[in-house]
Amino acid sequence: MEPGEIHALLGENGAGKSTLMNVLYGLYQPDEGEILVDGKPLKLKGPSDAIGAGIGMVHQHFMLVPVFTVTENIMLGAEQVRGGIAGFLDRRRARREVAEVSERYNLRVDPDAVIEDLPVGIQQRVEIVKALTRDVDLLILDEPTAVLTPQETEELLTVMRSLKAAGKSIVFITHKLGEVKAIADRITVIRRGKTVGTASPEASRDELAALMVGRNVRLTVDKAPATPGEPVLEVAGLVVDDDRQIRAVDGIDLTVRAGEVLGVAGVQGNGQTELIEAIMGLRPVLAGTVSLAGDRIDGWKPKKVLRAGVGYVPEDRSVDGLVKEFSVAENLVLDIYDRPPFGSGLALKPDAIAASAKERIEQFDVRTSSADTAVGTLSGGNQQKVIVARELSRPLKLFIAAQPTRGVDVGSIEFIHSQIIRERDIGTAVLVVSSELDEVIGLADRIAVMYRGRIIGIVGPDTPREEIGLLMAGISPDAAHEATAATGEGPANADGSASEDEA
Amino acid sequence: MSTMAVPDIAVAPVDEGFWTRSRKVGLTLLGLGLLAAVLFGALATDQQARFTLSDDAAGAALEINGTIGAILFGIITIAAGAALLAGVPKRWFLPVLGVGLVGFVLSFLCWQVSAAPAGQNFMPLVNIIRGTFILALPLIFGALAGVLCERSGVVNVAIEGQLLMGAFSGALFGSISGSVWVGLVAAAIGGALISLLLAVFAIRYLVDQVVMGIVLNLLAIGVTGFLYERLMQTDAEKYNSAPRFSNWEIPLLKDIPVLGPALFRGNIFLYLGLLLVLVIHIGLFRTRWGLRTRSVGEHPIAADTLGVKVLRVRYRNVLLAGVVAGIGGASYTLALYSFTKNMIGGKGFIALAALIFGRWNPTGALLAALFFGFADQLATYLGAISSSIPSQFLAMLPYLATILAVAGLVGRVRAPAADGKPYIKG
Repeated sequence: MEPGEIHALLGENGAGKSTLMNVLYGLYQPDEGEILVDGKPLKLKGPSDAIGAGIGMVHQHFMLVPVFTVTENIMLGAEQVRGGIAGFLDRRRARREVAEVSERYNLRVDPDAVIEDLPVGIQQRVEIVKALTRDVDLLILDEPTAVLTPQETEELLTVMRSLKAAGKSIVFITHKLGEVKAIADRITVIRRGKTVGTASPEASRDELAALMVGRNVRLTVDKAPATPGEPVLEVAGLVVDDDRQIRAVDGIDLTVRAGEVLGVAGVQGNGQTELIEAIMGLRPVLAGTVSLAGDRIDGWKPKKVLRAGVGYVPEDRSVDGLVKEFSVAENLVLDIYDRPPFGSGLALKPDAIAASAKERIEQFDVRTSSADTAVGTLSGGNQQKVIVARELSRPLKLFIAAQPTRGVDVGSIEFIHSQIIRERDIGTAVLVVSSELDEVIGLADRIAVMYRGRIIGIVGPDTPREEIGLLMAGISPDAAHEATAATGEGPANADGSASEDEA
Repeated sequence: MSTMAVPDIAVAPVDEGFWTRSRKVGLTLLGLGLLAAVLFGALATDQQARFTLSDDAAGAALEINGTIGAILFGIITIAAGAALLAGVPKRWFLPVLGVGLVGFVLSFLCWQVSAAPAGQNFMPLVNIIRGTFILALPLIFGALAGVLCERSGVVNVAIEGQLLMGAFSGALFGSISGSVWVGLVAAAIGGALISLLLAVFAIRYLVDQVVMGIVLNLLAIGVTGFLYERLMQTDAEKYNSAPRFSNWEIPLLKDIPVLGPALFRGNIFLYLGLLLVLVIHIGLFRTRWGLRTRSVGEHPIAADTLGVKVLRVRYRNVLLAGVVAGIGGASYTLALYSFTKNMIGGKGFIALAALIFGRWNPTGALLAALFFGFADQLATYLGAISSSIPSQFLAMLPYLATILAVAGLVGRVRAPAADGKPYIKG
């Protein structure tokens, strides 16, 4: 690393990027090897040593205490105190310091705001200010854009440029190629815990992707135009609360036709989870109706919904999709274990289960040592393939896939995407929810954008990314359209994100 | 800036409907007020209800006609309920609720005092206040121990055991040494020993904290019970006759009417308890120690990334909790009674309720403890004036109130986010 350099660390999920940086930040201890700062080896016993050495980190999951104010979060661990041993907090001085730093780097934060009331983009800003008040020279940003809208991302990149101008070095960890190309001075690609190459930002997307995954991959999904048929899923006026009894879905109308993929885009936490769970019968419907091929299914138990011909890939496979301790074969029949040929009366039929498992493991390319292996020991991509295999083995009218490729390697992504399109082509209605905009654009025949529990617009898949981005930030379709038309190329404009901040 | 027109983003307000929590509470209060005005008013007699400003019937007193008082205070409660029903600003919610509840209690007292047998229809306020504090004292210490522990993320169900061990150690070592101060230190160490076990098993060995707490309570009952029978019962003179702290009168403060004689002629434990509430409150919200404690209880990983030693903070706080609860136990044996088997009798669990009722705040815990203490004292008083209401029924009320409070009636009760969750590094 050089001073004033932005160094991108590029790699797939699970390639070891975050682990490397956690070692650098002193959270994990290295088994072997050493870290050199200014030519001298550095021993880090914990994060405080790293901070002392001028290394700061913004973690992927923010390290902020939700019930503390901005100032309290920033002063924690490096408190200014008065009164000797009693250690009274000098809040005034801390607040002044926060104001100073945010002024100097143009990172506006309200020092007295409580973290849990702030939008994610601002929370991230607080994290950066926190690192800067500790006088770091090297700032590590771990997947900083995963939770941001395209506009917030753009603003973050601006902040990174100004930090660079101030002589700070930045390590930027990501798996998003576009951002790397936009900002990095140097790119290091790692795969399976090893550095596989360095590249300059002039390298093409395809070259970088190939380095990342080790072979050439297609970034787009191959598919024929859809031939939509009768409406299969009809949602009207749906209202659902989240776990905290706060309105999450606020009057949604939605139709998915046979033979089409409807993609739901949106920043995470805008009601997508609750929408899907309500359709599946996992969450009470407070108002409105859900119909499947003409039958009202709201109020049905999940089992009944599944048996009516709905396939469901839940967004968190380890919690809702699989029983980790069970074998692959057992997980493959979780939906119909009590029906022939897998069960009769009180008994299971192990032979039938094993035979079917063998067949499906082959068909869906699940890489496992045997059908009896516990599913929890498989890689993320193979776990996901087990779920997809199970759900697509029933005759379906509707297939719902939530975050179908989260934490899944590129090879498996390709396979899962092709399975989803194959299901569409045999006439199933498909609903895909994903926080990866590229995935939604690649798969969907129509895209519904969710914002604060409402569908703010439904657009075609060839809509410009920037326009969808504005929709994701809650800017209504007409305004979004005008905005992109007016500025020509759109997203770099600061206004869209600024209004999101104030919201 | 650019020319782009961005419409304001409409933020859909969370619509609670008409029946907000405040309105539901208001309706309940309205019902209570009606009950008070009608029922208590009808049952009260025309006797004067006297609230004397002393220990007995003598001296100055606040007087009111029983029937009029019961109806009047009932109407105050109705008014408070109506105000909440009509809708008041959020920050007025608790004060108005307080006025309503006090009105209800006063209406009830007007009925009870006026209906008492002739010669007994007076209520000695000094006596009642002093009794309230004495009964609340172990709860205050216990709840503070809970605050210290749980704010750092360790659930403390072992308060009962800490109190008991403190009471026992205080009695034993106070008796042997003949010094109250040795007894006090021994009590603190006794409480800390139970805490040490809790800390090691909960923090080091990741044992479920609630289960561990219950086990420690049983252990404390067993150990003290055994030693009580073996030592104290065989030679009470030597092992169970601890000296007691005498009452200290605080100059000036002791002359305040009513409060002076009730509070400022008490023993060291009363002063210490009130002082600790203040110290812990300031410490928790104004000092580095407090900031770190709370961060560890809310989001230990975040604290760790900033160089706060999570486990060290937890050990320290759990041990401090033991010291505080141990001293609380000694408030029995070094001031009031000699040690008896299982003498805490569940007060540690009530302290836990006070902690939750008080929303993990030292001052909140103090108020909750006083509320429980008052209910206890009231039950005793009503027994003494041979009230028509069974005293068991009254003794039940504070716990009913706790259940309602914990169920979220009086604001959302939120424990520290990492309370009860062990911290595993990496």
